Amino acid sequence: MALYSRSGRPKPQSGGFELAAWYFMRLSGVALFFLAFAHFSLEHFLFDPSQESATWIFNQRWNSLFWRSFDWLLLMMVVLHAFLGMRTVTMDYLKGGKRTFALTALYLVGAVVFVMGTVVVLSVPLTMPS
Amino acid sequence: MLLLRYRGSEGMVAWAFHRISGIAIWLFVLLHVLDIYLAGGNPNVYDDILKFYASTPGRIMEVLLGAALLYHGLNGLRIMAMDFWPRLTAYHKQIWYANWVIFIGVGLPGAFVIMKPAFGW
Repeated sequence: MALYSRSGRPKPQSGGFELAAWYFMRLSGVALFFLAFAHFSLEHFLFDPSQESATWIFNQRWNSLFWRSFDWLLLMMVVLHAFLGMRTVTMDYLKGGKRTFALTALYLVGAVVFVMGTVVVLSVPLTMPS
Repeated sequence: MLLLRYRGSEGMVAWAFHRISGIAIWLFVLLHVLDIYLAGGNPNVYDDILKFYASTPGRIMEVLLGAALLYHGLNGLRIMAMDFWPRLTAYHKQIWYANWVIFIGVGLPGAFVIMKPAFGW
């Protein structure tokens, strides 16, 4: 195995959490390639923002267990991928107390984003197609 | 430009763009989870935000978001390909240029579709 990749983050040799995070970034990256592009295409190519509203989300977009699960899976993957990525960026530029503070804030924001997204996916009533 | 002069080659620019696009997408995810939360919590505010998404400045930003996603996704696949098949590292520049071909090929028609309504087409 290469110890050094020219563009990506080198594979951690330490094992444990760092190695798991390294693999997870790649696995979630592949998942997001499909999930995020499908989601983006749906909102911008199949539909158009001018047709979209809260009513549209309740009656059409999320009137389906499949698309709700799909969007929740996307939320889960994107929160973990984006916040692990921001963790790498933070650790590249900050050290010591500033790093601890920034990482704590980052994880808190990540938890809030995950909860907010989950709450809205679960709380909008599912109406059965008539 | 500093970005091109310091170490200068494709590998570094690819890395810098990956980081910049990643941070930009992270910022959009924060905004997007907030707006979708409002769809359930305060639908009127959500509809107003959606009007901005449908406006011309909103569409320009969506094209930029799409570009960031497309670059980050393609370059991410390139990184993974090299991580798991280290021999490909020898062709990292060629793969990066192939990424740009796909980026233009997919991105231009995509940008056209997103911008169309702004021109009344």
